[in-house]
This record gives sequence, C-alpha cells and structure tokens, in this order.
Amino acid sequence: MAQPILNKENSKYVLETKDLGIYYGDFRAVTSVNIPVKRHMITAIIGPSGCGKSTLLRAFNRMNELFTGTSIEGEVLFEGENLYDPSVDPVEVRYRIGMVFQKPNPFPKSIYENIAWGARIHGFKGNMDELVESCLKQSALWDEVKDKLKQSGLALSGGQQQRLCIARALAVQPEVILMDEPASALDPIATLKIEELMQELKKNYTIVIVTHNMQQAARVSDYTAMMMLTNRETHTGTVIEFDDTKKIFTNPKDKRTEDYVTGRFG
Amino acid sequence: MNNRDEGSMLRKTFENEIQQVKDDVLMLGSMVEQALINSVESLKKRDVKLSEKIFAEDQEINKKRFAIENQLMVLIATQQPMAHDLRLLASCMEIISELERMGDYAKGIANINIRMGDAPLLKPLIDIPRMAQIGVDMLHHALTAFVNEDVEAAQSIPVQDDEVDALYNQVYRELMTFVIQDAKTIERANWLLWVAHNLERVADRVTNICERTVFIVTGEMTEIKSTDDEFWHQQNQKT
Repeated sequence: MAQPILNKENSKYVLETKDLGIYYGDFRAVTSVNIPVKRHMITAIIGPSGCGKSTLLRAFNRMNELFTGTSIEGEVLFEGENLYDPSVDPVEVRYRIGMVFQKPNPFPKSIYENIAWGARIHGFKGNMDELVESCLKQSALWDEVKDKLKQSGLALSGGQQQRLCIARALAVQPEVILMDEPASALDPIATLKIEELMQELKKNYTIVIVTHNMQQAARVSDYTAMMMLTNRETHTGTVIEFDDTKKIFTNPKDKRTEDYVTGRFG
Repeated sequence: MNNRDEGSMLRKTFENEIQQVKDDVLMLGSMVEQALINSVESLKKRDVKLSEKIFAEDQEINKKRFAIENQLMVLIATQQPMAHDLRLLASCMEIISELERMGDYAKGIANINIRMGDAPLLKPLIDIPRMAQIGVDMLHHALTAFVNEDVEAAQSIPVQDDEVDALYNQVYRELMTFVIQDAKTIERANWLLWVAHNLERVADRVTNICERTVFIVTGEMTEIKSTDDEFWHQQNQKT
C-alpha cells in the first residue's frame, strides 16, 4: 500500500465513501453511497435483506474483489486516500482493515497458531507469545483459553470461536474491524459478550458492523447507516439515512427508516 | 394526524396493544375530568357525601394509573418500541402521571370541603367553578389532541391557561379583600385560595400533556410558551 495512507489522523474520517456504487457484472447492487466512518466509533449498517449491506461492508476492504466480475464507481477513502487506487495492494488493505464474519471460521489449528499465523506471514518479528496473549486479552478470551493454547481452535464454543476470530484479526494490528453479522450465529449470552467486547475494542480500533438485529445496532453503535432498495425492479440498494444512532432509533428523518425501525416494513 | 396504516399489518398485535393503551389513557382522563367537576360541585353544594365519594374514586384513578404503567412496561420490554412508538409509550408514562396528579387535586378540593365542616363558604362560588370548567375543557381537548396526534391543536390549548391564571388572580384579590376587612375570615379565605390554586395547577399540567403530544409527533421536546413565561422574561429585563 502506498505510504501516505499510513499518515493516520491526517483525515477527518477513517473511511469515507464518495458516490460509491458497486457492481456485480452488469448488476448494480449499491449506488450513490456517501457516508463517513468516524474514528474510534462503531458504525452500524442496517436494512432489510438484500439491500446491499454486506456488499457495502466488503467494499471497505476490497473483499468484493474475491468474487469475479465486481467493480466499483466513485471512491472509498481510507485515511483520506483512495483505497481503489491502482498503486494500492488489496492484500495490504485487508490487513489494515480486518474482517470478522457471521459464522466463526477459525483455522483448523491450535488457538495459539490461529493468532500467530497471520502475524508471522505479515512479517511480525516481535515476541509472539506476548502478541498472542495481548490479542486474546483484547478479545476477552484469555482467561478462558490460557491453559489450553495448544488445543484446536475448533474445540471452542461458537462464542469463543468468534472471539478467537476477532483476536486473529487483531494480530495484524488493523485500524478498522469490519464485522458482518458477528453475533447472528451465537446465543444471547455469547452475543452480549461480543457486544461488550466491541465497546472495549473501539477504544483502539474503528468498527463497522452489519447487523439484522436492530436492537443490537441500537445497543452497540454510535452511528447508523440505514440502507434500502431505491429501485425494487433493479434491486439496487443505497444508504437512505445516516445519523447518530440515538437519532435513528428515536426520531429518524426518513419515513422509510421510521417504518423499518418500528417494524412496519420488512 | 396518524397515517401509519400502510405496512401496519406487520405489527397488527402491537398496533392493537398501542390502541388499547391510548383508550386506557382516555379512560383515565375521563375519570379525572369527572373527579374535578364533582369536587367543585361538592364544594358548591357543601355535599360531604359527594366529597367522600371522590376520595373513594381517587383510589380507582390510582389503580388505573398503575395498571396502565404496568401495561406500558410490558410493551416496552416485549416489543422493543422504536422511534414514534417509543416516543408514544414513553410519553404515555408521563401523561398518566400528570393525570394521576390532577386526580389528587380533585381529592384535595374534596378534602377541603370535608375539613370545612359546618363553616359556610366565605363567598358564593362563581369564578372557581368557571376555573374548573375551563380546566376540564382544556384537559378534554388535550386528550383529544393526544389521541389524534394533532400538533396544531396541542399547541393552541395552553393559551387558555392565561384565562385560568386571570381567574385565579381575581379570586386571590377578592379573598384578600375579605381578609383585610375581617382577619377572622383568614381560614375560610385560605381554604378557597387552596381550591383555586389546585385548579390553577390543573391547567398547568394540561400544558405538559400538550407538550408530550407535540413530542410524540415531532420528536421535539419543547415547552409551549405561556404568558407566565413572558411575564417572567419582562421582569428579568427590568432588573
């Protein structure tokens, strides 16, 4: 990745989209998105199924490119620099902007290796034991696994696996963590643990979360982007309202947001 | 007005429960209206039996308020209301407590009638029943505006508070004249002043209900200005 991007704090927002449109081949999935992602804040993306929430989230770390035929229009700025500039290495982007998925997907390796592996590949030269401990502590998993670091990551419970995946994302020292429905496969207690963890993590990282669970968005996020299909025939989605989460859930401006958050529109 | 019909099928049960709450708030409101009218009537006629009945009925008002409060809690806990629904349910919580306090004013007036025993009224009641009538009318209109979510109506009702304040001042001056002429009337004057004060407070609380209606619809938490505020403002500018 080009050097200027490392100049943190240079730009007002960590991430920002400028008239962003995302295509799968000829199909325009998302159009005209202009939202900021603020530093050390949790930004939630909500909206009905199929409106492009995950597509938008994946555009933040160029994950869409893993599917063939995707393209974008407009810009995604990361620390003020265009993420899609030809000089930018998408692999580097994904280290700086990590991702946690809906289903916990630890590597079929030990808990220790799950964290160490990415860091090693990324050229980490420091004390690996310390890094593993620090990441597991940050993801609130250390106390539960410190005596069994050699055990397989897959032997953990679903909630623990998800926190392991978060620890793994932290190991390469990202600035941003993207979360795509990180708790939808978890029980309520494990869900609350992830939500509490997010509040801790935002002190050091910036988080963007996609969630179907509106109460979760209301509980955890500082800002909320409401997405909806702009055109039912073409199935193109966009952000119809972006605001302070408190505002979105108590007094949204857009009637469609009101209908969605009050459950009148599914 | 409320035009939330489209798409409301999705939450039919919740919609019905919200309607039920609104109906119950209206019911509580009419119990309070009746109590206020009866309280002044009982004083006017020096009808102690009626005053005692108001005491008993205040228990019913309190019970009804607790029942609605409980209903609201259950809805908030089970339905996770958002946006307009949340503002409505939270405001109902506020409105029922205003209504319950108005019921207490009626009980206070009944209490005075009982306490007065055989002592005759210091003066025939003219302005006080008038105050009660305006207060009850205001309350009635405020609750109608609440149910219809009519912001314009809600904002216009508090203007009548000025009329109630003017009557209160009139009653006050009149009673003071009695006291100055004959200091022995002080207790009887004080009783009536207390009654007038209770009625004056009813109108103030109606204003609070109107403010909630505006909040439910617009999401704006603002005070509806009355001439009391203007007076205060002018006084401050003088000094």
